[in-house]
Amino acid sequence: MIQLENLVKVYPMGKRELTVLKGITLNIEQGELVAVMGPSGSGKTTLLNLIGCLDKPTSGKYYLDGREVSRLSSNELAAIRGQKIGFIFQTFNLLSRLTALANVELGMTYAGGVNRQRAIEALAKVGLSDRVKHRPVELSGGEQQRVAIARALVKNPSVFLADEPTGQLDSRSGEEIISILTSLHAEQGITLLLVTHDINIARHCQRIIQLKDGEVVGEESI
Amino acid sequence: MKKKFVGASMLAPTVWLGLTTHKLRSFLTMLGIIIGVAAVISLMSIGRGTQANIVSRIQNLGSNLLFISPGGTTEGGVRAGPGSASTLTLEDATAIQQDVPYIVSVAPSNSASLQIVVAGQNTRSQVSGITPEYQQAYNLQLSAGDFITDYDYQRAMKVAVLGPNVANTLFKDDDPVGQTVRMGNIIVQVIGVLQSKGQSFMGGTDDAILVPLTTLQQTVAQQLTSSGQHVVRSVVMQVDDQQHAADVTSEIIALLRERHRLADSTDNDFTITSQEDIINTISAATSSMTLLLGAIAAIALLVGGIGVMNIMLVSVLERTREIGIRKAMGARDRDIWAQFLIEAALLTFAGGIIGVAVGWGVSYLVSSVGQMTTVVSADIVILAVSVSVGIGIFFGFYPAWNASRLDPIQALRSE
Repeated sequence: MIQLENLVKVYPMGKRELTVLKGITLNIEQGELVAVMGPSGSGKTTLLNLIGCLDKPTSGKYYLDGREVSRLSSNELAAIRGQKIGFIFQTFNLLSRLTALANVELGMTYAGGVNRQRAIEALAKVGLSDRVKHRPVELSGGEQQRVAIARALVKNPSVFLADEPTGQLDSRSGEEIISILTSLHAEQGITLLLVTHDINIARHCQRIIQLKDGEVVGEESI
Repeated sequence: MKKKFVGASMLAPTVWLGLTTHKLRSFLTMLGIIIGVAAVISLMSIGRGTQANIVSRIQNLGSNLLFISPGGTTEGGVRAGPGSASTLTLEDATAIQQDVPYIVSVAPSNSASLQIVVAGQNTRSQVSGITPEYQQAYNLQLSAGDFITDYDYQRAMKVAVLGPNVANTLFKDDDPVGQTVRMGNIIVQVIGVLQSKGQSFMGGTDDAILVPLTTLQQTVAQQLTSSGQHVVRSVVMQVDDQQHAADVTSEIIALLRERHRLADSTDNDFTITSQEDIINTISAATSSMTLLLGAIAAIALLVGGIGVMNIMLVSVLERTREIGIRKAMGARDRDIWAQFLIEAALLTFAGGIIGVAVGWGVSYLVSSVGQMTTVVSADIVILAVSVSVGIGIFFGFYPAWNASRLDPIQALRSE
């Protein structure tokens, strides 16, 4: 599903260069639930951006569904994001002007076309059938994150990428979110890559990858 | 997956949302375009209306007319203006009528400024001496009485036909026909009153006092040329068809040059103007006036366009995060670009449509209250609307391009 070979990412910092990822080699199988942990500055978010095709690696190879995507044009990357990647952000990143339903439909807008029925079903799956017409300000943080999950779910992506999905939530809402994600994994076999620094959350995953200073320093299967 | 842009059905709600989120702001942005387009529409309609009005007034004179006036001589390097010389004669008019084909009528006339006395009122006014053909040439209708006849002309009868304004001034509500007027040293009887033709150019007849040319010749000392011919002030001819006007003009020039014994090297001592020439000249003048009005209004439109650009730049800045989210959802650069460009174009299109309505209203108001003729023509409406859309696209281009180039990671991080 996801194969990373010696992935390197270097950012220019004025005259010096900052190597954020120093050769990551990683395999994630279809249907796997993987947590990426590490202190801040370890390159977690950069890794997630690369896997999410929001950014290109400086060197190395990235195979997504068997296709080498690290050298594609920005238009082709956008198409891959639309088709194959389901983002779940720490800050939800919903459009405040849109209803929950419209936000979910936004997930399909650039991925082939809007299908209202599927959007409603996706909201039902995250338990928000009665919040369809609500705007984000009328929803709790946990509910907003569930809308975001529905938005990713609706296009049936190859991989869900969640960057600290519970970071802005109280522990009860956080647990709700994790249970939704794990049950989606159990029922639908979604592939999920979860970035977190909370070991209690990471324990829900099948595998924990430890990142430090841009390198994989440990792997642990649960 | 080869689609160039995401479908319009997907963009439409997006764009609609962009425009309706800040309704007041969108409206104020549109206002610049509305005022610009309304100014273009109303000013152009006033310009075009004025032009149509003037042309119709000239056409009111009669149809297919040629005017000859004396003058046009060059003496000592000074070209005398038409009408200032005494080179055109009654005999010339007779010769034209006899020798030049395609001419329906020839109406020579002369005029003099005379003392007019009616019932103690004393004014000075221009009196025209005419022949009966004058009626046909100028297509004159009478509201009362009769026109000057051949009989009146041959016998130099002391009769007069008054223009409606003159009749009203001299006789108020009384019936002028049958009343007498003292003109200079003779007393004439009013035999008819003309119908009003509205304001007119080149010898409008509403203010005219018409007497037989022969009568005028007896009243005031008749000016004669050195060869003893009778000087007239102008000759008006009606040609049977507009397409003969050019031929007739050149024949008249040849005839008059021969009669006036002009050497090949000298200029004409008369001036011929056709009705068509006058219409063309005035149309050209009013067209450039209309264009000038339009250009001034276009500046307003341009300023409106800059307003659009300003707002779009602000809007892009404000919606950086939205752009980031859309890009994360798979929007390509050109999807974002199209979204903002269509938003700008739609804004100015709506402004253009409203502007046309407002401009239309203004020109209607001007014509009904201000008594001016206005003409809202389809070409200006189409031009104004498409220019406003063009302005949206032109001034929306850079902000939209800015938006499309945003880095999704940076954009997602922005507040």
